[in-house]
Amino acid sequence: MRLFDVTLHNLRRRMGRKLLLVLGLTIGVATVVALIAITTTMQADVANKLDAYGANILIVPKANDLSLSYGGVTVASAAYDVGELTVVDLERIQTIKNARNISVVAPKLLGALPVDGRTVLVAGVRFDDELRLKQWWNMDGQEPDNPDEAMVGVRLARVLQLHPGDTVQLGDASFVVAGILAENGSQDDDILFIDLSAAQRVMNKPDSVSLVEVAALCNECPVEDMVAQIAGVLPQARVTALRQAVTLRMETVGQLSRFALAVSTVVVAIGTLVVLTTMLGAVAERRQEIGLLRALGFRQRHIMHIILAESAILSFAGGMLGWLVGMGAAVVLAPRLASVATSVTWNTWLTFGAVGGAVVVGLLGSLYPAVNAARLDPMTALRSI
Amino acid sequence: MIALQNVTKTYNGQSVPVHALRDVNLDVAEGEFVAVMGPSGSGKSTLLTVLGAMNPPTHGSVVIDGIEVYSLASEEQADFRHEYVGFVFQQLQLLPYLTAQENVLLALAISKLPTAHRIARAREALYRVGLGGKENRLPYQLSGGEQGRVAVARAIVNRPPLLLADEPTGNLDQVTGNQILDLLSELNRAGQTVLMVTHEARAAGHASRTVNILDGHIVS
Repeated sequence: MRLFDVTLHNLRRRMGRKLLLVLGLTIGVATVVALIAITTTMQADVANKLDAYGANILIVPKANDLSLSYGGVTVASAAYDVGELTVVDLERIQTIKNARNISVVAPKLLGALPVDGRTVLVAGVRFDDELRLKQWWNMDGQEPDNPDEAMVGVRLARVLQLHPGDTVQLGDASFVVAGILAENGSQDDDILFIDLSAAQRVMNKPDSVSLVEVAALCNECPVEDMVAQIAGVLPQARVTALRQAVTLRMETVGQLSRFALAVSTVVVAIGTLVVLTTMLGAVAERRQEIGLLRALGFRQRHIMHIILAESAILSFAGGMLGWLVGMGAAVVLAPRLASVATSVTWNTWLTFGAVGGAVVVGLLGSLYPAVNAARLDPMTALRSI
Repeated sequence: MIALQNVTKTYNGQSVPVHALRDVNLDVAEGEFVAVMGPSGSGKSTLLTVLGAMNPPTHGSVVIDGIEVYSLASEEQADFRHEYVGFVFQQLQLLPYLTAQENVLLALAISKLPTAHRIARAREALYRVGLGGKENRLPYQLSGGEQGRVAVARAIVNRPPLLLADEPTGNLDQVTGNQILDLLSELNRAGQTVLMVTHEARAAGHASRTVNILDGHIVS
């Protein structure tokens, strides 16, 4: 029999009290784990959803000094032929350090072209990227899926009396109207959208791009860092963070984190109190036994070792159970409570954090009872005589 | 072996101080079996705890095996109890959830001996007290006398120079009590110094010397 055997023997006794402690810790850890897992999932989900609200980084040629308003943002030159970006620049954007945080890169080539005797603002876009970026777009007709298909803003369609299936002639190229963009109050209502490559041919600007909108997920990196990184690979461009969107995103994520932290702090405090009261009770029950050990020559640290080891084992069990229950609860509850579409992630750090945290809480809660036990007078064993 | 000089122990009672020991002087030679006799409340149990490095005297010195016990730091006193003193408590204080062997091994749990040596020592101690073959029995599976023997085995397993027994027959019937007293005598004959507190003349008869204590004074 060694000290640890004394602990193991004690663990097998008075199971009710021990189960209560494990249950208390399990509930505490499960609550914290479920909260963290759900809020982490919500953060990811919110980040994904916020990306659906549009770009948060804008890239325009540096040399432009005449403005063209687009979507409420000043972009590119009114002459449309000054210092344009190229498709090679799009590839460079994907080489930055935080490239994996880039969700969408949506380039545009803008030009004013005659259509039926009227000058129309034409935007060459990559429809896949553009539609991902502007998920609020509604359409009468279909999304364009061929280079010879076009999408027309609702006001422009009215002026030109265009309907899905009609043909639009741009120079010697013709485009079938796949869909009419529903009114959204932006300048999109006045634009004729065609495929980027087609626009480059029609405008005779091969490989040119007027501006690039970028949607970046910035859970793990400040958007300013990404702006600096893009500016680094595109020295000829002016890269701007749309701070309103970024700030909103970061604030939302921050509020969720603070909520989880506050609740976790309360739960940890309650868990510590549960351990404290349970272990104080356990020590009180074992006063005579601890007195006997002291009478047999056990040092104070030996007594502390026995109490703390017992608590650590129970806390470890509570941590493991709590982690399992918490993750299970998160998987079941996240879609129902938080209405998130993103799956709950099984993080290793959360496992270690939950179990390690439970053991730390267990040890903290047991420290005072252990010190109390260690200081028991060995005479206690003899007082029962 | 034991030298008590002018030992006084005063407890702070609720209204008046209680003088448990008054100017006690006592010498016990190595290998002696001394019985301390006295009525209830005479101070004999206090004397035992003072000798057991568990109850510092108010005044006086306690020297055991050349060591001034209460000049040791608190944790050193624990070490002293572990190395120098074996206790047989009146209530025996066996842990009900441990087998006889485990109860004996408890006294070696903080020892640096290898596990095999500890088990060998525990078995040897149980054999010495006549419990060979009953190592794996829980206390409730043993008779009162056998439980007393386990308590004695636990007290001697660490081979302490001094064995202190507090009313070891107090809760036992006469036959069982005699078995324990015979065991203590046998250990004493093998060289073990024994100091036993009792209020029974029959028990004191097993000792080589009897010290009578009354109202905290050694009277004879």
